[in-house]
Amino acid sequence: MNTVLRVGFIPLVDAASLIVAAHKGFAAAQGLALDLQRQMSWATIRDRIATGRLDAAHMLAPMPIAAALGMPKGAPRLIAPVALGYNGNAVTVSERLWSAMVEQGATETGDPAANGAALARVVQARPAGSGPLSLAVVFPFSPHRYELLDWLSGAGLVPERDVRLPVVPPPFMADALEAGLIDGFCVGEPWNSAAILGGHGRLATTKAALMGRGPEKVLALRADWAEAHEESALALTRAIVGAARWCDAPENREELVALLAASDALDCPPEQLRPVLSGELPLDATRRLCAPEAIVFHAEGATEPSLGHAEWFYRQMTRWGDAPGGAEARAAALACFRPDLYARALG
Amino acid sequence: MQSKSLNVAVVDTNPIRAAILCDGLQAAGIETVHVIRDTTGVMRVLADLAPDVVIIDLEDPNRDVLEQMFQVSRSVSRPVAMFVDQSDASMIEAAIDAGVSAYIVDGLRADRVKPIVDMAISRFNAFARLRRELDETRQELADRKTVDRAKGLLMRAKGLGEAEAYALLRSTAMKQSRKIIDVAESIILAADLLGPKGDAS
Repeated sequence: MNTVLRVGFIPLVDAASLIVAAHKGFAAAQGLALDLQRQMSWATIRDRIATGRLDAAHMLAPMPIAAALGMPKGAPRLIAPVALGYNGNAVTVSERLWSAMVEQGATETGDPAANGAALARVVQARPAGSGPLSLAVVFPFSPHRYELLDWLSGAGLVPERDVRLPVVPPPFMADALEAGLIDGFCVGEPWNSAAILGGHGRLATTKAALMGRGPEKVLALRADWAEAHEESALALTRAIVGAARWCDAPENREELVALLAASDALDCPPEQLRPVLSGELPLDATRRLCAPEAIVFHAEGATEPSLGHAEWFYRQMTRWGDAPGGAEARAAALACFRPDLYARALG
Repeated sequence: MQSKSLNVAVVDTNPIRAAILCDGLQAAGIETVHVIRDTTGVMRVLADLAPDVVIIDLEDPNRDVLEQMFQVSRSVSRPVAMFVDQSDASMIEAAIDAGVSAYIVDGLRADRVKPIVDMAISRFNAFARLRRELDETRQELADRKTVDRAKGLLMRAKGLGEAEAYALLRSTAMKQSRKIIDVAESIILAADLLGPKGDAS
């Protein structure tokens, strides 16, 4: 009899290892059955984990760190025994902003330096009183926010003065862009492809271009649950690592597309999934940008919840005023990532 | 904020549930209840209202928009996610199970918040029950139409009266340990497949 674990996920390509672990026998091989429960917001994922209505969940890597630092107040401690891959995000802008950026030298290479500089020149050229541009992110404590902040400030822009970073839920991004409520966004796949293939946006840059191999999501468990169910936590870690390796293999791509497109998974057209899984991103409805490592599930340490990654996120959170500084806070932040459990699971 | 009546905002795209909750809160003595149905620009509206308590559907993706406003923005007096404040874990669990999420201005006394959250839980549950009952009624109506159609097919095919046709449906269902509706669906399917075009209806 397999142990049933309730696992929350948000419809995003980087939930793939969870979906594959559930459907391709990786969980069963570890004595687990995964009851996957799709959720519509990161806050709901966090609250359902907190109240024990979910045992484990797909989570933005900075969220366990935020919880460890008392945000929100009273949040239980979470740990990440395994990461869910590198990259998967991109920055998409409206047709209008893209035209302005092209006039200022932006190119269809996704090059963050050139396109960031073009964006900065667009901001400088805006008439006085036209207000800041808006580039949406998916959650306050998100890799997306820190990636955009890094990109914008690197281009000499002052976040919140020159460019606002409002939160818009991923399923509404394309609509918000089309309606002119935002000028662009940073979101995980397939939501860039959905907007670009739908004719509502243009690709500005990718997380792979911005960060190289950037950590993104983790599997989150409640710290006290993981202590009480250590065998399950280790078994789940093994199942996810096995599934992530399967997801990386090119020969599994079409089957992965079908698993992710299913109505109980991401429930989206397969053509929105194929670009990122083939190492590409759409430039417009027909043309593709070659984007190596657009998403990496297992290779190059992508499943390891490294302390270096925790440190990077913590530094971003203090840099942008989202988290307190100090040795104690830093130690609490780093303690959420558990390479020791990862090593034990695989050892 | 001891005696001042609390200012509650309800963010709900479902007008019926919003009305049910609003009504309950007013009956419970909350004078100022604002309902926000259109979630575009919800931040600006909330900033203007400066509510003490915000109630929102747990499943509403716009919760992440509120999270940013309350966690990161420094422009408003920030309600914080009502959380597993160890003192009242059971209320929080009941809220999550009912699909209620509440954000509460920091420092508000728990005994002032509890009646509001309890009311939201009971009204959300009542609404879910209503919706379930409505779905069941709709299903029953649809089932009755299916059974009537199967009865008509039997009456024509076997020259039976209505009561006999129904008795045949029921006895077949009992013999096969199936539901009457399932037998009726099989009959209609078989008639669709076997009968000449248009004959099954």
